[in-house]
Amino acid sequence: MLEGFGELRLEGVTRRFGAAVALDRLDLTIRRGEFVALLGPSGCGKSTALNCIAGLLSLSGGAIWLDEKRIDVLRPEQRGFGMVFQNYALFPHMSVRKNIGFGLAMRRAPKEEIRGKVDAALDLVQLRTHAEKLPGQLSGGQQQRVAIARAIVVEPPLVLMDEPLSNLDAKLRLEMRTDIKRIHRELGRSTVYVTHDQDEALSLADRIVVLHEGKIQQIGSPEELYASPANLEVARFMGYRNILDLDAERVDGKRVALYGAGIALDGMAQHAIARGPVTVAIRPDDVEPAGAGGNAIEARVEIVEYCGRDWLVDLVLPDGRTIYARSPRKVSPGASAHCAVAPDRVLVFPRESGNDRG
Amino acid sequence: MIAAERRLDRTAVLAVPGVLLVLLLFIYPFLYGLVLSFEPKEGGGLGNYLRFFSEPFLYNTIATTLSLAIPTTLMNVGLALPIAFRMRRNSAWQRVLTTILVLPITLGTVLIAEGLLTYLGPQGWVNRLLIESGLAATPIRLTHNYWGVFLALIIAEFPFAFLLILSYITGIDPALPQAAATLGAGPARQFLHVYLPLLAPGLAITFCLCFVQAFSVFPSAVLLGAPAGPTRVISIAAYTAAFEEYDYSMASAIAMIMGAVQLIIVVAVLGLRGAFYRGPAGGAKG
Repeated sequence: MLEGFGELRLEGVTRRFGAAVALDRLDLTIRRGEFVALLGPSGCGKSTALNCIAGLLSLSGGAIWLDEKRIDVLRPEQRGFGMVFQNYALFPHMSVRKNIGFGLAMRRAPKEEIRGKVDAALDLVQLRTHAEKLPGQLSGGQQQRVAIARAIVVEPPLVLMDEPLSNLDAKLRLEMRTDIKRIHRELGRSTVYVTHDQDEALSLADRIVVLHEGKIQQIGSPEELYASPANLEVARFMGYRNILDLDAERVDGKRVALYGAGIALDGMAQHAIARGPVTVAIRPDDVEPAGAGGNAIEARVEIVEYCGRDWLVDLVLPDGRTIYARSPRKVSPGASAHCAVAPDRVLVFPRESGNDRG
Repeated sequence: MIAAERRLDRTAVLAVPGVLLVLLLFIYPFLYGLVLSFEPKEGGGLGNYLRFFSEPFLYNTIATTLSLAIPTTLMNVGLALPIAFRMRRNSAWQRVLTTILVLPITLGTVLIAEGLLTYLGPQGWVNRLLIESGLAATPIRLTHNYWGVFLALIIAEFPFAFLLILSYITGIDPALPQAAATLGAGPARQFLHVYLPLLAPGLAITFCLCFVQAFSVFPSAVLLGAPAGPTRVISIAAYTAAFEEYDYSMASAIAMIMGAVQLIIVVAVLGLRGAFYRGPAGGAKG
């Protein structure tokens, strides 16, 4: 079993399934105590990466290092990382207590030690009263907590979580998210967390790794990714729902003057930009119908959805394209709206080849 | 409510042909045989049973049959389990082996017995190979004795045990052994702590089904065995009573005894099964 560590390094980790490349030369360093989220759409390679770290999948190329020890050659039982599976993978024939104690029993810990540690883990996930039940007698959220307790009770150097909340309903998901955050803060275990939900990644992680088609798109803190996504893929994932193909008329340092779709606005270049076709990403939150200052966009209100705190508004641009906005005030469908967008919230990217998501 | 009741009615109607079939082809003959067994040619109501358990030539058939059925069944389950376990990942080999193993099931016991008679006989391939290679000086007797029937039962029942166990193994969520692995269990302990407890009820069922078939062995006991002596199994005793002595009452009594022995073993094994977890073998609620 592996003891505490300084850092886990993935060096050029590659995994192929036949001709398909699921993971393409992944480089990533996870520091001690850090909570790292692997974020991406299904099929982006995030679960493959997790299974490679756990040892459930062998690598097609590259290496994984735990400090100075190469671990990709070890079997999963020799790595001793705690893993929480998407479907929980609780042993159906064992009581909650036996499930949680399984890892300690496999390490041949003395009986009293197992009992004490399992009790502590049961308290941590607030399941003390359910200790003697079988997993099948628990609710989904309780099963999830057993799975987490089972993974952390062995005090693993690294905890791996594979979309642990995806099988829960919305309310429970929020509660469990808080629990996972609390447990991570109390125990300080390095955690790699796989998810396709950017809210989960933003709220839980110290650092987020965005994956797309097996390649890392961006690594950064939640704030960095949210404010300045490195490319359109990341932008889409970070909630930039308005992706528009426009033309850059003037480029002045980072500031770009844009035309197209019947509108004119200023934006900020995220990369070196030349005049010509570009793609622009704007978050709905940054488009304010009936706002003032910054860029002004004239549009017609099409659909208004009430969301409690604010309104989600579908706007139609003069050329017929739709953009989305969040409005703190109620607006009426059919009305024309003078929208305001701050220029530094208009992110300008080079046009993707074959980009048809105008 | 009304709709649900109507659907229930229709379902009940669907069960009628099945129930009729069972009544006509199983319950009625069974009860007929049961009554017949208490109307012996001579002696009181229990005459046949008293005769069976007082004549060694008759009651020894129980031991003879058990001595064939239990070792072969244990061996089949014991062999099928590791092989099916190795084959648990869906692969080309799994399909090839499954296809090969289905063949003996389709052949039927008589054909297998006929084939083995030549194959295992003094001039058969097995003995020729043993003699040519110098492993044996004279032909080893593998037919018309205990071992002929033993091998025939292995060949006939193994595929059945294998396919049944394979389906039980593939029904276990692969995330469970993976979870055990991340918790520090190597392959042996994954098998011991995860697979085996989840498979135990299925193994008990497999044992029962194979045992019942082996216990009622008849064609291979006659063709490959020594039906007058070492492989005079209980079905031969029933056959002799019915078609050589024309004592249907005695034959019915033997059949009832045969059924009772099978039932005792099956109930005992299924009782053991109760000691194990019997729910779904998945990692989560459905």
